[in-house]
Amino acid sequence: MNVLTRNLAQNLFKYNGAGLIQAAARSFSTPALDGKEIEKLVNNSKVVIFMKGNPDAPRCGFSNAVVQILRMHSVKYDSHDVLQNEALRQGIKDFSNWPTIPQVFINGEFVGGCDILLQMHQNGELIDELKKAGIESALAKEGEK
Amino acid sequence: MSGYTEEYIRQKLTEKLEATHVEVVDESDGCGGKFRVVVVSSQFQGKPLLQRHRLVNAALEEELKTIHAFSQKTYTPEQWAGESGP
Repeated sequence: MNVLTRNLAQNLFKYNGAGLIQAAARSFSTPALDGKEIEKLVNNSKVVIFMKGNPDAPRCGFSNAVVQILRMHSVKYDSHDVLQNEALRQGIKDFSNWPTIPQVFINGEFVGGCDILLQMHQNGELIDELKKAGIESALAKEGEK
Repeated sequence: MSGYTEEYIRQKLTEKLEATHVEVVDESDGCGGKFRVVVVSSQFQGKPLLQRHRLVNAALEEELKTIHAFSQKTYTPEQWAGESGP
């Protein structure tokens, strides 16, 4: 099986370039992370994000947008880099039934991706959502002054 | 790399979501891997943002496996009328 997978991956690589070798690896050799493992991760902190790269060095504009928004609200959060862990990358998509990265969780609940967080930031909902989780946004404080 | 066109995405969303208005912008310089869409549909009525986005994701379930960057805005016809007004 391993040999087969490797040969297949090499052939794909030969003919189609780097994109497909990843696709092959994803579908043949990396099982998605178990739902229970993911549940532990999303409940470990009030705010948890799954992104490409890390907050100091995001590797994608969408992930960067999420980091910048949370920074504006001065929110502390756990972040997980899906580029470092293929099983996590697939596992989180299965867990939340959401096809893209980044993904944001507040109080253990899936909130959405970059578009949704941005919209919640713009219409003020994010402040309320954080409040429900017992977090006071830095922007809420500013508004009161 | 995924090879989808603006027109293809637009038709699919219009069909699946009974959308009254769909804008699709291919931001991938034509390779078909990065899209920005605006969808106006009465199916979004009374649904929170997350549910709306889930509807769009479901409509493009197959396509999103290869589209690597996708951004969406969802409106009900009423919201859209307000948005595009004077």
